[in-house]
Amino acid sequence: MVIFFLLAIVAVAAGVGVIAQRSAVRSALFLLVNFCCLAGLYILLNAQFVAAVQVIVYAGAIVVLFLFVVMLLGIERAEESPAPAAGSQAGLQRMQWIAALLLGLLFLAGIIWALVPAQAATSGAVTPTDNVQAIGAALLTDFAIPFELTALVLLVAIIGAVVLAKKRLEG
Amino acid sequence: MPTVPAEYYLVLSAILFTLGVVGVLIRRNALVMFMSVELMLNAVNLTLITYSHFLENVDGQIFVLLVMAVAAAEVAVGLAIVVALYRHKETTDVDEMDLLKG
Repeated sequence: MVIFFLLAIVAVAAGVGVIAQRSAVRSALFLLVNFCCLAGLYILLNAQFVAAVQVIVYAGAIVVLFLFVVMLLGIERAEESPAPAAGSQAGLQRMQWIAALLLGLLFLAGIIWALVPAQAATSGAVTPTDNVQAIGAALLTDFAIPFELTALVLLVAIIGAVVLAKKRLEG
Repeated sequence: MPTVPAEYYLVLSAILFTLGVVGVLIRRNALVMFMSVELMLNAVNLTLITYSHFLENVDGQIFVLLVMAVAAAEVAVGLAIVVALYRHKETTDVDEMDLLKG
């Protein structure tokens, strides 16, 4: 229980950090903290394999990719330079922020309202299972076709990324 | 040690998802918007894992693995687009990207 609240609070704080930081590098680092907290929560939920994959894929690959792009482009300097907006524009921006926050709160209320009744469907009893073995068996039997299709998705993503990144050089 | 009820996890994932939504709404930097999308994907993953745990069914974890693969693909392509746009316009501000507005 204590571990849950610790991880939950850090995860939410890191999430706020991601969207509140001006600097994209700091956002990426807060994202890393968030992912690590989620990995901890996955372990609490007996999903050790997914937790390991979370750390490797998200914290390892995706955040590094983000940082790589941020530093490659040198966006750090250009990013959201505090342009001295004119009075009306600053007011408009503040209005947009407030509208976004209100919509967000409304959205949160909606999700929670939808989720909490769904809770009745869950059973309280939990037995620890052989996590990796179960996942492996399910992946290669029931989910064999989606599993193979994932390879196709990744191939398409690789080709797409290479084409997009290369286009400029040819032209 | 008392086990944490499922609602707590669900509410936490709702909060994280909302943070992602608000991030997409208020930030104008394409990179930070991508990070917010990742926040949302992770919130959904947490929901899936929670149900997988409390329903004692491993299918949710398989879904999470597939979501992670798709997220990795999405980030690779999305960041390639951002890099291409940055070369073209020297900015990652989405308000500047109005080529399709006509």
